[in-house]
Amino acid sequence: MSLRPELKIIADMVSDGSRVLDVGCGDGALLEYLAATRKVDARGIELSQEGVNACVARGLSVVQGDADSDLADYPAAAFDYVILSQTIQATRLPRTVLQQIARIGRRGIVSTPNFAHWRMRLQLLTRGCMPVTDTLPNAWHDTPNIHMCSVRDFAEMTQSLGLTIERTVSLNGGSARDVQPFSARANIFAESAVFLIAGKP
Amino acid sequence: MPDERAPSLPPAETQILRLSGPRALTLDSGQALDEVIVAYNTYGALNAARTNAILLCHALTGDQHAASVNPVTGRDGWWDQMVGPGKVFDTDRFFIICTNVIGGCMGTTGPKDIDPKTGKSYGLNFPVITIRDMVRAQVLLIDHLGIAELLCVAGGSMGGMQVLEWLASFQERLVSAMPIATAAKHSAQNIAFHEVGRQAIMADPDWRGGAYLDHGVFPAKGLAVARMAAHITYLSEAALQRKFGRELQDRASVSYAFDADFQVESYLRHQGRSFVERFDANSYLYITRAMDYFDLAADHGGQLALAFKWLKARVCVASFTSDWLFPTIEAKRIVHALNAAAANVSFVEFATDTGHDAFLLDIPEMFATFRGFIDAVAAHRGVK
Repeated sequence: MSLRPELKIIADMVSDGSRVLDVGCGDGALLEYLAATRKVDARGIELSQEGVNACVARGLSVVQGDADSDLADYPAAAFDYVILSQTIQATRLPRTVLQQIARIGRRGIVSTPNFAHWRMRLQLLTRGCMPVTDTLPNAWHDTPNIHMCSVRDFAEMTQSLGLTIERTVSLNGGSARDVQPFSARANIFAESAVFLIAGKP
Repeated sequence: MPDERAPSLPPAETQILRLSGPRALTLDSGQALDEVIVAYNTYGALNAARTNAILLCHALTGDQHAASVNPVTGRDGWWDQMVGPGKVFDTDRFFIICTNVIGGCMGTTGPKDIDPKTGKSYGLNFPVITIRDMVRAQVLLIDHLGIAELLCVAGGSMGGMQVLEWLASFQERLVSAMPIATAAKHSAQNIAFHEVGRQAIMADPDWRGGAYLDHGVFPAKGLAVARMAAHITYLSEAALQRKFGRELQDRASVSYAFDADFQVESYLRHQGRSFVERFDANSYLYITRAMDYFDLAADHGGQLALAFKWLKARVCVASFTSDWLFPTIEAKRIVHALNAAAANVSFVEFATDTGHDAFLLDIPEMFATFRGFIDAVAAHRGVK
């Protein structure tokens, strides 16, 4: 089983035998990997019905739903990890979603594209247009990403909720490295970042 | 994937469990039956470890003939496309059980049977039954068969209500459950439709206050109207339009009379006519009543999540986009409650324009999803 690099980093943050909720689990690739290699109790939420059906047909426990409205149904500390991969920027209320993640998970693992990456900055500076890159290929008018942020923005919001960032991994091309969440360098060179966040009991 | 339309199983012989003794079956109403017969069919074989049993629960007008040819109607069993060798409920691997519900008319004790106290048909002397009473009878059968734990209990519509009742009342005996096209309570609109059907039966002069069998008559007209009204609710506007539109039946123009001018009228009349040949009018009253009374949250302090507390069983909830009798919102209420109980739940909604009856139809995506679920459950439980 091969995962895209970011999902591999997320998977490596999850300890064996834990209870995991993947919010926005797509076709279930990460959940299937975690169930097979880490023996986790894997659950998912997915917005698209095709995604949900594909997951259940693969034997995964996935419900149709979305991060904005459905996380409130789960009891506190129901999971060891709640994963939100490349989804928070597409939610209506990212702050509330992160609070919910911290409530229902002992830990949250959140990844987000970095809008302060140097290519974004350069495009905005030179062309004066909303940036379009390989990581964020949609034009401004048809992007699902309604709440873009930088690595620093996300770190600040997390801190402002009284949550602790235990690890920050910056991804740039194929390479990944541990960074400080407020590192100016990471905020320029990270294409995206993965945050491991301690939940709020 | 194997062909879902693989040949049907040979016809199954209905078997009988006879329970007798004081209060052989105690009912929610407080009444009890001293003599109860549970009619059931089985398909496939129980394995040595007794871990491969799956119970299928039928809907309002269904019966124990889930697979192969139904000897009463001469047509395929109601879930024949799901039950058989290589099918979703694979009879080469699983032991499939399907019972006729209490109050039914296909062999299990119901209002048309003889009341031992009077020597005459029960008629309206039959006690009012509930979904939980149906499930209690199923539990007694499972006990009788020596099965401690069901690999799965599955069903659609009223069958789904029984599945939910199993989850609430006998969850320790389930590995998994599939409530399909169902709800945790019967809605006001659905009660209203049922009441129309019941009133049609009772308005038939041949109903005779429920004692029609004593008089050698049958309220066929009333029961047919009940079936016609109900049948509309099992379809969808889009399906009716696609199947019939405004097409006329065997004529070039309207007759300016009240014959079945339109194909849809002719179709409904046929549905009504064929239904009265196989179904008992009083059974229809009792079983619709049981559905009306179903409200799982009310049985658990008003909180549906409490019905599923400590649930270990895996659950796959399913709904259909065009089902307006048990719409997706009802499935989502079940899913929300299961999530609140931190249960292991999957939820799928299938896109189809065929309405409520979709769960009885050939929908390859549905087969693939259910197969994935049941195979994962079997692997989890170590059933080969």
